[in-house]
Amino acid sequence: MDYVFWTFGGHVPGSFIRIRQGDLVEFHLNNHQDNKMPHNIDLHAVTGPGGGATSSFTAPGHTSQFSFTALNAGLYVYHCATAPVGMHVGNGMYGLILVEPPEGLPPVDREYYVMQGDFYTVGKYGDEGLQAFDMNKAIDERPTYVVFNGAVGSLVGDKALTAKVGEKVRLYVGNGGPNLTCSFHVIGEIFDTVYAEAGTQASHNIQTTMIPAGGAAIVEFKVEVPGTYVLVDHSLFRAFNKGALGMLRVDGLPNQLVYSGKEADAVYLGKAAGGTESEKRVAALKAEVAAEIKGNPRIANLTKEIQIEKGKGVYMQTCFVCHQPEGQGVPGQIPPLAKSDFLMANRENTIRGVLEGRNGEVTVNGKKYNAVMAPLNYLTDEQIANVVTYVRNSWGNQGDAVSPQEVRKLRSEVTAPAANPYE
Amino acid sequence: MKPTRTRLLLVFTTCWACAAAGAAVAASNAPAGMVVIASGVFRPLFASPTDSREVPVSPFCLDALPVTNGDFLEFVRANPGWQRSRVKRLFTDEWYLKNWAGDVALGTNAPPAAPVTFVSWFAARAYAQWKDKRLPTTAEWELAAAASATGPDGKNDPEFQRQLQAWYSSPSGKLANVGAGRPNYWGAYDLHGLVWEWVSDFNTAMVTGDARADSELDRQLFCGSGAVGARDVTDYTAFMRYGFRSSLKADYCIHNLGLRCAKDL
Repeated sequence: MDYVFWTFGGHVPGSFIRIRQGDLVEFHLNNHQDNKMPHNIDLHAVTGPGGGATSSFTAPGHTSQFSFTALNAGLYVYHCATAPVGMHVGNGMYGLILVEPPEGLPPVDREYYVMQGDFYTVGKYGDEGLQAFDMNKAIDERPTYVVFNGAVGSLVGDKALTAKVGEKVRLYVGNGGPNLTCSFHVIGEIFDTVYAEAGTQASHNIQTTMIPAGGAAIVEFKVEVPGTYVLVDHSLFRAFNKGALGMLRVDGLPNQLVYSGKEADAVYLGKAAGGTESEKRVAALKAEVAAEIKGNPRIANLTKEIQIEKGKGVYMQTCFVCHQPEGQGVPGQIPPLAKSDFLMANRENTIRGVLEGRNGEVTVNGKKYNAVMAPLNYLTDEQIANVVTYVRNSWGNQGDAVSPQEVRKLRSEVTAPAANPYE
Repeated sequence: MKPTRTRLLLVFTTCWACAAAGAAVAASNAPAGMVVIASGVFRPLFASPTDSREVPVSPFCLDALPVTNGDFLEFVRANPGWQRSRVKRLFTDEWYLKNWAGDVALGTNAPPAAPVTFVSWFAARAYAQWKDKRLPTTAEWELAAAASATGPDGKNDPEFQRQLQAWYSSPSGKLANVGAGRPNYWGAYDLHGLVWEWVSDFNTAMVTGDARADSELDRQLFCGSGAVGARDVTDYTAFMRYGFRSSLKADYCIHNLGLRCAKDL
């Protein structure tokens, strides 16, 4: 889909500005002559009326200048404050400015800039074509999209953040809003240090930190175990249904002591099996009926149809963001599932791919792809069986049904780190 | 003579709701090229208890089209003091008629039928006087521009509002010729969708630049005046027009800011 953003400097969020406490900053705001709107800037790092907004109100084709001394260290949001403010911010006019303490921040191996924002379009999530800003949804605080860095998928695949095992990572995380508070969480990591609300107070061993609209946080952690770590707004429907998902890919040697991977998978029977003789007899007869039904090809076919219908639901929640609604993929980035030779060549491979994720080059219909697919092993055996049956029987593909038993068997063989967001 | 901003005027101008009264006056009353806008009433959204909640606007004539480069070329030929190289710097900034090829030459970037832009308020006013007309007031312009294609007040017409918001949301590229679209209810073209237009009292819009401070000021008035229809708070295009006007100074010349003239009936 396409969207006309309003931006500082042509991207969302705007440039990361980095200064030191005590600096005297001369600030110029240029408003391009083709713009229709006057704009200004409120830097939360500025002490003074409007944070600079009153001094930087600029007509199209003009430029404004003001100066400020950075009195307080911290990580601050900046945004446009021209009426209607919510609309200017809701269209993407925000970014972060870091005021380092005079001695600087302690060194780390990696620093990244991540900023969440909520967006309001007339169409639904995923609707194609040019989407207009929807003022009513914005007023009702019903975002269509909640994203990091201005777009769904801005931090996934080959745009994922990266680090190596043993490195210390610092994330500068902001929230432009305009409406939502972010519950920032990295799945599979614990923040060693959080400067909550980007103040000077360091907290340690934090799982999820709240970032208010118009606020920020600095989070730091050392990565010990290789794998893909998923950045989310832990208000989870935003993450999985509106786009607030990013990835940190950590390369390096496994550390079995910190994280073993799956060590055992045995049958768990729940309550003690058995029961009275009569109950056992009924259970045996039911099993016989089930086997008889299963053996009937007509019923087997209907069962497959049910799986396809259910699988479509799973697909539209989980898979279509990358693989697209018609399984067509994204040229050069995400391999297609529709009429895919790779997909149809090996069903076991497909199930493993869903369970373990994928990483590395594959050739699909003669084209090479090299994207990362996160493990989806939080899906149940039945959900995976259904969705694989669906993709193997859609968009020109024709294949047989996959049973939950088959998925269960393969699940016991794979050892991917858990990616269950509900851990 | 820099225009001063008068605080008192705030109450009239921050946001208008408008409703036209009376039927459209026959177009034959208007001079050539102008249309008649029937009398109407403005209801300022933020009015103090002592101010009138309704501001009447008398019927007036308005140019059917924005002033074009071709029109303005005639003006500067007749008034050499307003030619680009001769204009007094006090009255225009250095962008005056920037897209023209020369003092009396339009060139390829200023087609004769496209709206004239890069003109200051002083230049716009001088043009209107030369035409024996005047610039419309904010109230007059807002009344005329409130009309959709089908009615005098498009404020509650979601499709009309959507079109306006779409225009405000996208940058101006090359400007189209005037009169290309559909006329509004009064027969005027291009009040929306082509260029911004100067009004005589543009500098009375008291938006200080920090919109939140403005609403702070307004809220006191808001509370004092009791319940005001919440529907007006969503008139975001009006906010944008007031925001734009309040960003201007009288010598500014801007890529997408032109003019049209008004005249008493």
